Amino acid sequence: MSTVYFTKDHEWVKVTGDEGVIGITDYAQKALGDVVFVELPAIGLDLAQGAEAAVVESVKAASDVYSPVSGTVVATNQAVVDQPGLINEAPEEGGWFFSLRLSNPSELDELMDRAAYDEFLTGLE
Amino acid sequence: MTPELLRTPLFRLHLDLGGRMVPFAGYEMPVQYPSGILAEHLFTRTSASLFDVSHMGQVVIRGDRRVAALEALVPGDIEALGEGRIRYTQFTNDQGGIKDDLMVTNAGDHLFLVINAACKDADIAHLRAHLGGGADLVLLTDRALLALQGPKAADALARFAPGVAELSFMTAGTFDVGGIVCLISRSGYTGEDGFELSVPADRAEELARRLLAEPEIRPAGLGARDSLRLEAGLCLYGSDIDETTSPVEAALTWSISKRRRAGGGFPGAAVVQEQLATGVGRRLVGIRPLGKAPARAHTAIVDDGGVEIGVVTSGGFGPSVGGPVAMGYVPDPLSRPGSAVGLLIRGVRHDAEVVALPFVPHRYHKV
Repeated sequence: MSTVYFTKDHEWVKVTGDEGVIGITDYAQKALGDVVFVELPAIGLDLAQGAEAAVVESVKAASDVYSPVSGTVVATNQAVVDQPGLINEAPEEGGWFFSLRLSNPSELDELMDRAAYDEFLTGLE
Repeated sequence: MTPELLRTPLFRLHLDLGGRMVPFAGYEMPVQYPSGILAEHLFTRTSASLFDVSHMGQVVIRGDRRVAALEALVPGDIEALGEGRIRYTQFTNDQGGIKDDLMVTNAGDHLFLVINAACKDADIAHLRAHLGGGADLVLLTDRALLALQGPKAADALARFAPGVAELSFMTAGTFDVGGIVCLISRSGYTGEDGFELSVPADRAEELARRLLAEPEIRPAGLGARDSLRLEAGLCLYGSDIDETTSPVEAALTWSISKRRRAGGGFPGAAVVQEQLATGVGRRLVGIRPLGKAPARAHTAIVDDGGVEIGVVTSGGFGPSVGGPVAMGYVPDPLSRPGSAVGLLIRGVRHDAEVVALPFVPHRYHKV
């Protein structure tokens, strides 16, 4: 059983037990355009909520990816490093960035569920 | 308090095509269409793309003294420019810096200039202040400018105007394109064969739609235009060249003829002549990062000890190269291809190599 939460910076975190998988949303990948380069955090790195965790670059520009919650990096997705276009093709599936062991799961309460995020996107238009 | 953005005659077409509109040099321009920058870039190199570059300034200079008057402002050889021929040159300042770069066409009874959108007002003021008697200028505000670029551009355009097949690179002529009279030059900003079409504003959309109906042609935005010119090693004014960089530092000496080097007679000539004679401290070069991380403009170039020795002026991912490419200024001794340099990207040093430009070979139509 897993639950997905969203940030206002258009990251998602899919939480199963005390582990969270993190990526960027479909809205974010569309806004970025073709992704051509990804830099992921080192395994074992401790990230605070909101810390710069990864870099995603399109042809035009570089953007930071922030960690939606605090925790320790336990895995990274080499597939998006080898094939950055995965982030455009499947942002919420094969295009994930890294996973964390959550150090403060109560932070999840500050994030949005899918319905709230969809509502948030409507407000951006 | 954003000033109101200007629109080109193709604005409605951009919206119809799903263009993503962004502010650029005071205009609302398409950075890309739904296919995206990568696809637009690659399609340009294999087929042909249509770009709206109507934001650029189109200027006509008439009068008996037009050649001498323009030569007093640019190091380019305008006197030797035959009718129907085009030359790339720069407006220089008194320090030998570059106020703008431009294309000059000898259109018979007048000179036709294409100048950068962001420099338009300053260039016009500069020209008005210094042309003097016997040369009058008009900024054409009733013309659009379309760029048709790519290896299949000539075949597609020749269907409407068979005569364009006879143009060679850096020549121009007036053609009837299916009832629309255009000044067409065989030139561009992608490194590919192609054309720029100066067209009456009220016929521009009609012409663009007609060209886009051809199977070889798709629309492309400013994003692809930038990645294409970077791979072609072509300077972007405001990034690679500006008031503080000279044509010699920017590796543009090829655009200054022997006569102009010797004779001078343009702003900053003494500085440029001195640089040609004794060299310069820094030069604009191609830089190939050895890893995958793109080095964007303003990235510091560092030596082995981590000391900053230069700066990237343009950089990003080169879709045809399949990796990062950049241009920037390095000290003269490191400007030879093969020199090793470092790039400080997000605080981490990345290895890079100075390489000869362009990154992708030019494929101009030279006969």
